[in-house]
Amino acid sequence: MRPTLPSLKYNILVPVKRSIDYAVKIRVASDGKGVDTNVKHSMNPFDEIAVEEAIRLREKKPSVVSSITALSIGPPKAADTIRTALAMGADSGIHITVPESTVVEPISVAHALKKVIEDKKFDLVIMGKQAIDDDSGSTGGMLAGMLGWGQGSFASKLEVEEGGKVNVTREIDGGLEKVEGKLPMIVTTDLRLNEPRYASLPNIMKAKKKKIETLKPEDLGLDFTPRFETISVSEPPKRQGGGKVESVDELVGKMKEAGLI
Amino acid sequence: MCQGESAQSTTSLCQCSSFGVRLSETPGAGPSGRRHPTSRTGLSRRPVAADRSIIGRAPQILHRYTTASLHSARHPSYPYQRNGKYTILTTSHVKELRSLLPHPTSILTTLDLEDPATATSTATATEDDLAFYNIDWMGKYKGRSQVVVRPRSTEEVAKVVRWCHGNDVAIVPQGGNTGLVGGSTPIHDELILSLSHLTAIRSFDSLSGVLTVEAGAILETVDSFLSNQAPEPGFIFPLDLGAKGSCQVGGNAATNAGGLRLLRYGSLRGSVLGLEVVLPDGRVWEGLSGLRKDNTGYDMKQLFIGSEGSIGIITAISILCPRRSSSTNVALFALPTYDACLEVFSQTKKHLGEILSAFEMFDKASYDAVKAHGGIKGRNVFEEQAQKEARFFCLVETSGSNAEHDAEKLSNLFESLLSASLILDGALAQDASQSAEIWKIRELCPESLSKSGKAYKYDLSVPVEKMYTLVERMRDHLRGNERIKGVAGFGHMGDGNLHLNVLATEFSDDIQRSIEPLIYQLVSEYDGSISAEHGLGAMKAPYISFSQSTNSIELMRRIKEIFDPKGIMNPYKFVLPRRDE
Repeated sequence: MRPTLPSLKYNILVPVKRSIDYAVKIRVASDGKGVDTNVKHSMNPFDEIAVEEAIRLREKKPSVVSSITALSIGPPKAADTIRTALAMGADSGIHITVPESTVVEPISVAHALKKVIEDKKFDLVIMGKQAIDDDSGSTGGMLAGMLGWGQGSFASKLEVEEGGKVNVTREIDGGLEKVEGKLPMIVTTDLRLNEPRYASLPNIMKAKKKKIETLKPEDLGLDFTPRFETISVSEPPKRQGGGKVESVDELVGKMKEAGLI
Repeated sequence: MCQGESAQSTTSLCQCSSFGVRLSETPGAGPSGRRHPTSRTGLSRRPVAADRSIIGRAPQILHRYTTASLHSARHPSYPYQRNGKYTILTTSHVKELRSLLPHPTSILTTLDLEDPATATSTATATEDDLAFYNIDWMGKYKGRSQVVVRPRSTEEVAKVVRWCHGNDVAIVPQGGNTGLVGGSTPIHDELILSLSHLTAIRSFDSLSGVLTVEAGAILETVDSFLSNQAPEPGFIFPLDLGAKGSCQVGGNAATNAGGLRLLRYGSLRGSVLGLEVVLPDGRVWEGLSGLRKDNTGYDMKQLFIGSEGSIGIITAISILCPRRSSSTNVALFALPTYDACLEVFSQTKKHLGEILSAFEMFDKASYDAVKAHGGIKGRNVFEEQAQKEARFFCLVETSGSNAEHDAEKLSNLFESLLSASLILDGALAQDASQSAEIWKIRELCPESLSKSGKAYKYDLSVPVEKMYTLVERMRDHLRGNERIKGVAGFGHMGDGNLHLNVLATEFSDDIQRSIEPLIYQLVSEYDGSISAEHGLGAMKAPYISFSQSTNSIELMRRIKEIFDPKGIMNPYKFVLPRRDE
């Protein structure tokens, strides 16, 4: 028989990013250096899954999850994204504010998370495997590396046993891979991990009273100056419209003209 | 022709059973005296089985038509005899039409005659090709026209109509053929005039928001043009409905389609500023005004809006398009009683004011049907307890221009609803996909109910406070009838538009008799309308007197006669001629 690990309580941190709503059609901004951001924003869907998973862990074993904190780095409106996490069931929020339209690169995010985790003692970080705006998918890995923690990436199933053993199931080509780790740990979420709940009205009202701590990068001794410069952003080439032909001969002629036959 | 109620997709095919039955079973019940002569001779072309049953007694045969048999006999019981005054089209007519419409794809016909001179056939289509035009999308109404014309300009429409007028050829104008009352398919062999090749966007003025577009443009295409057009994107078509991917804006105007944006942007009667119409004699009525105000005489365009192709063919519309809202929110409430729905409706209007863009209601029976048929992804929207106690659900949508402003208003509304304990629970969509999921529950109501039983469907307008009383009265009335599985109600509460569904174990005339004409009498008692947004078409034409006075109907007939003295426009539907004609 395997020895049972001593039971422990743990704190969960869920980083959430405010990104352009995934249902919005993306348009290149007029300066050609980015996209039009004057559109509907909401929580990065992978982060929403992370929030849901944290809440489910607590619903399964209320006594072991001491707290769930949602953290966002972003402009003032990122507070709405934290409120969404609070309305879903997180306990409190941390908002690291940056001016509107500041680009915060994954490495900066990882540095900020590391600092917060060290200051506030979190044991489990559940985060989206990527954000749908920049698709970098690198923050989780960087953070695990910086902290020297274990990492279960692309989780489609997550179990935290009493005592802190963590079982992560990952979808890989042709099957499932199960990895084990031990708290403290980073878990990044994949799409099929769960289906996030709706924010209920009573919980939305309660969320208004929950605390959001506001920090500036300077408070953490960090500098978010980007290392990369975006040279240009362009739309994929437009699909050329087809034409109608009146006869087979004309079709054959056109195909010959185009060098297809 | 396009219709309002969005999600009537896959409305039960078997509704085809109802039409003839209603007619034969409601003598003296309202439409009496307005029944069109149902001469038996007109039935000779129908399948033998159908004939026998109709001639024999009541047309019970209808409920025996299953999906499988629909291909052979889709609508066997339409009671109107073909009127002999209309010309039967032949190949020589097709040749004349061809000289009017020279483009090779403008005429589809199954009329075939080898031309010995050129050894070419006149036929350009098979029966299957024409099925798309002859049969409505539900498969409920089936015509047998052999000629479809698809003009490419207003002038060509005018030429065809002038020719039809001169040759006494009956015409069915057709848009996207997405209607629900059989208004856009021929009853017999009328020539089908499809507007699908008139698709140009003629002009758009981003200062005034006035769009001028040809009738055959697809609603969704126009809406996405308005949304994305340069140099100034961000406009919206003031109408939205489930059939938007197929229906055409001309048909929308011709049927005065209602749909999902009506609460916010009002009826098309307000947004349509002008029309271009080909009159039944082939003249073109030029009424494409961009003016918002024009008090000079009768407002002629209003006659054409909602006229269902009976007095002219709309070839272009000019319409006022508002700015697309940059901030939208969708919330769903669970409620214990209909009285609570009414109170929430009132509070919602009070708190949200101008940003309220939809207020929809569905009852538990509808919700359960959607749930049972897989329309609700994963978990329930609400907590278990609220989910169990809920009898009604209300969907609220806001559209505004300032997210913070909208959020504050919503927050005040929620506080007021929660503190008054009016709602059991509520949910607010946090992103666009959750909004879409909540909308989907409402939009799947009709389809899911059709899957839960044989659904008798009614589109009714009643004062909002009486909306559910109607459902309850039908429920009481049908209680104990073991062939009734349930009665469900949902609809556009904001517009007082109820979609009542009676779910039965089968389609039969007994069951039908137990619902009708009672349901129409109740609607009439509440000063409601028997057709809120679907129109009359062929299905409800005989029942007009439940909603309109004798004087109104008489005036309507006279209007029809003024515009279309030969009666060639969309016959056997809408406002029917007096029975002696």
